[in-house]
Amino acid sequence: MPESSSHPVINTLELVGRSTVKLIEEAGYYVALLIESLYWIIAGPFIKRPVRIHSIFAQMMTMGIAACPIVFVLSFSIGVMLAIQMIYNLKTFGAESQVVVGVALSITREFGPLITGILIAGRTGSSLAAKIGTMQVNQEIDALRVMGINPVRYLVSPALLAMMIMVPVLTFFSDLAGLLGGAVYTGIEIGLSFDAYIERTLSALVVADVMQGLFKSLIFALIITLVGVSNGFSVTGGAEGVGKATTRSVVLSISYIVIADMIFTYFLNL
Amino acid sequence: MTGNSKSAAIEVNDLVTHYGSREILHGINLTVHAGEIMIIMGGSGSGKSTLLRYLLGLGIPTSGSIKLLGKDITRISNLEMNQLRQNMGVAFQGGALLSSMTIGENVQLPLREHTRLDEKTMEIMARMKLEVVNLGGFEKLMPAELSGGMTKRAAVARAIIMDPKLMFFDEPSAGLDPVVSAELDELILNLRDAMKMTIVVVTHELESAFKIADRITVLDQGNILMTDTVENIKHSDNERIQSLLNRRPSNDEVQADEYLNRLTGI
Repeated sequence: MPESSSHPVINTLELVGRSTVKLIEEAGYYVALLIESLYWIIAGPFIKRPVRIHSIFAQMMTMGIAACPIVFVLSFSIGVMLAIQMIYNLKTFGAESQVVVGVALSITREFGPLITGILIAGRTGSSLAAKIGTMQVNQEIDALRVMGINPVRYLVSPALLAMMIMVPVLTFFSDLAGLLGGAVYTGIEIGLSFDAYIERTLSALVVADVMQGLFKSLIFALIITLVGVSNGFSVTGGAEGVGKATTRSVVLSISYIVIADMIFTYFLNL
Repeated sequence: MTGNSKSAAIEVNDLVTHYGSREILHGINLTVHAGEIMIIMGGSGSGKSTLLRYLLGLGIPTSGSIKLLGKDITRISNLEMNQLRQNMGVAFQGGALLSSMTIGENVQLPLREHTRLDEKTMEIMARMKLEVVNLGGFEKLMPAELSGGMTKRAAVARAIIMDPKLMFFDEPSAGLDPVVSAELDELILNLRDAMKMTIVVVTHELESAFKIADRITVLDQGNILMTDTVENIKHSDNERIQSLLNRRPSNDEVQADEYLNRLTGI
């Protein structure tokens, strides 16, 4: 047991130090996990231990396709919400028609990837943590290992690959849904026709705007998978541990997503 | 197999392990002969589960060596370990069937991962092994739909699908009623006789231990007290073994000073 010092300042300092070390340790674990799963994806087929295609597609279905309705609803609402706010703001300058540009840029560069990331963190990140955590508690992970099946290859690589494909796809879908939301509201409020809206959107957007969002969504996919999976693997203490890990992974991945979003947005717009 | 290792399927030498900074096993020496049923017995916290984890290669020991089928698993490469694992079967305490797959898929899993057999062959092999454990016709069910005893038997079917030479059981009778537990004992004996397996069983159930064991190893607080035949264990005059056998509470001498220190937290 660590010796407790009597001085509160020392105690606080020690606590800060310990949590910093823990955070760095965890970051190291994410990186190691990433490298190992990429190793299996790339080198697996050559040593006759491939990542199962079937499993990747199954995960893409549950993580991606099944999330489409909720992504559509949320993104559409965000599109409408943005249009309302921007029309209200732009009215002061009498420039309501500029709403199209505002919505197009906000959605593709920021809101599409962010809302998708947050949604997938809550939906898939938690389910990854819960699934792997439960497997850990039930000794299923041990069982895989003693059968000579590497848990990272079997569980993490397919999830990572599926996420890195599906989160950008969902983000693009979210962009479209958001723009549609904007178009519908703008059409009702200031009577802009749908065709005109599309035309103006296309002329306002350049490929780089959409790409920036998609690139960020790829980073989000990595964050969600690694945080979810590593929290799952580190579960101890039965069902309660699984619950804790699930909560922790959602909170952590949403926090990391928002922070990463800020950092990447800054550097991508230098 | 040749030479000294002819009769030894498992050889553990001076195994020391730590959990965090706490030493759990203090230098274990154990030999399991090929074709025998070795029971590892001991109370809770005796280190028997820990010993099993290390025998399965699930942990890296602080020092010492563990030889399975003549190969030191603390030194071999991952690839060799993987090959060795195809010769090992493990039935975990709770079964540890993958809950997202049916019983049949669970049993086929090692085949799917390690062999290139076609679908039909794998299905037939899985059914054969399920018949061995009296679960014929259950392959379409999910693990959650099975009772405790059935889950354990399904886990045995999965463990023997590759026809391993070494088989490990973790608490096979824990949580089972006496009849089912007796059936499982019977199954273990059959496996050894029919498939010539070397079997290691970790348990604290005396009755089943005496019934199936060739030899018994008694662990206590991370040390081996004794490794011997059932008869000799029964007649041992070691006090701790006797209290384990006769279900007597252990009457450790209370160290007054230490006790006070623990209470006051000094």
